[in-house]
Amino acid sequence: MLDPCNRLAKEGFDVSFLEPGEDGIITREMVEGAMREYTILVSIMWANNEIGTINEIPEIGSLCHDRGVVFHTDATQWAGKMPVDVKADNIDLLSMSGHKIYGPKGVGVLYVRRRRPRVRLQALVDGGGQERGFRPGTLNVTGIVGMGKACEIAKAEMDTDRERLYTLRKKLEDRVTAELGVVQINGHPERRLPHMTNISFGFVEGEGLMMACKDIAMSSGSACTSASLEPSYVLKVLGVGDDLAHSSLRLSLGRWTTEEEVDFAAANIIEGVTKLRQLSPLYDMHNEGIDITKIEWGAH
Amino acid sequence: MGNFGTTSEVKDRTDIGVGLVGAPECGDVMQLQIQVDETTGKIKDAKFKCFGCGSAIASSSLATEWLKDRTLEEGLAIKNTEIVEELSLPPVKIHCSVLAEDAIKAAIADYKTKHADASMKDAPEGTEKPS
Repeated sequence: MLDPCNRLAKEGFDVSFLEPGEDGIITREMVEGAMREYTILVSIMWANNEIGTINEIPEIGSLCHDRGVVFHTDATQWAGKMPVDVKADNIDLLSMSGHKIYGPKGVGVLYVRRRRPRVRLQALVDGGGQERGFRPGTLNVTGIVGMGKACEIAKAEMDTDRERLYTLRKKLEDRVTAELGVVQINGHPERRLPHMTNISFGFVEGEGLMMACKDIAMSSGSACTSASLEPSYVLKVLGVGDDLAHSSLRLSLGRWTTEEEVDFAAANIIEGVTKLRQLSPLYDMHNEGIDITKIEWGAH
Repeated sequence: MGNFGTTSEVKDRTDIGVGLVGAPECGDVMQLQIQVDETTGKIKDAKFKCFGCGSAIASSSLATEWLKDRTLEEGLAIKNTEIVEELSLPPVKIHCSVLAEDAIKAAIADYKTKHADASMKDAPEGTEKPS
């Protein structure tokens, strides 16, 4: 979402960016505080992609409608896992993606409200007139049908999936927390999506941990995928220390994740963290009672 | 891999030099310890600990392998580019090799400082201090 906003800023629009508090949640109050008299559009992601925290979407929508402001939400992480009611949730524009709901890759959905208020969009590309003039080009019929089917299945299964994944995730989090010290679950403890978790393991670097647990597919929560030395800006905003932000893993559970797989993953992560801590000079310092934040580290 | 003792444990051992480089907020910290044979002046053994990605761990591990049986001067001659070549590090991981080179230099410098201090202490009074 940042890039389109930056583009608008370049074109001369005034853009306010909101930063959540330590629990990672964007509240109605925060949006209200940032609104100006001439605000025309608010865009807030429904649930965060790195930590899964859930923003106050229906409340923010209601605020926008009180002020006559168009409200867009990026529901990529939310839709298909949690119920959506664009009317009750006060949403004017909603975007979501096929691959996040077991649908076809490369297909997305943009919901556009037609009544009270009617939202008028300008096409990004001109010509053709397909899709009510929003998007020219021959329709991707197989993609559209696949997306529809994916939504149908998601709607039928989301309630049972949600309960099951919540229980499995809790098992995973409880076990790694109980067996390893200095573990931090990032984001609000309860108000987050049930199927994902972002965990910081102190004194162990995320990328190294991913290598040590090569049988599990996961991402290092740190956006430091390689080129940049910067840890995840999301975790940074939450007040997660730089050292812990480098020590984070994002794990997701899905429709076909079994309890055995969760046990396997937990055992693997515990083994990997233990092994890497044996190798970690920071863990030695911690055990000796040295405060790592007080050391004068050289610039690098 | 490992160490000859924690930093505080090896603090008074004049045959051991410790190099600690990097920073937790950058995502890489390397600790390199060298043990020098005081009669031959050669590095008898080297050990590392590392907080970092796979490339950082591999770079520090390789550094300890290469340091063994080298003199301090030979150790100082190890260049990060050689580490890059040996491990086929991609461009984004070159900083890991730089850190390993820094760790080698820091460990050797620490050994030299400790050694200079120790010989000063051992030296009979009135003798000229080593420069």
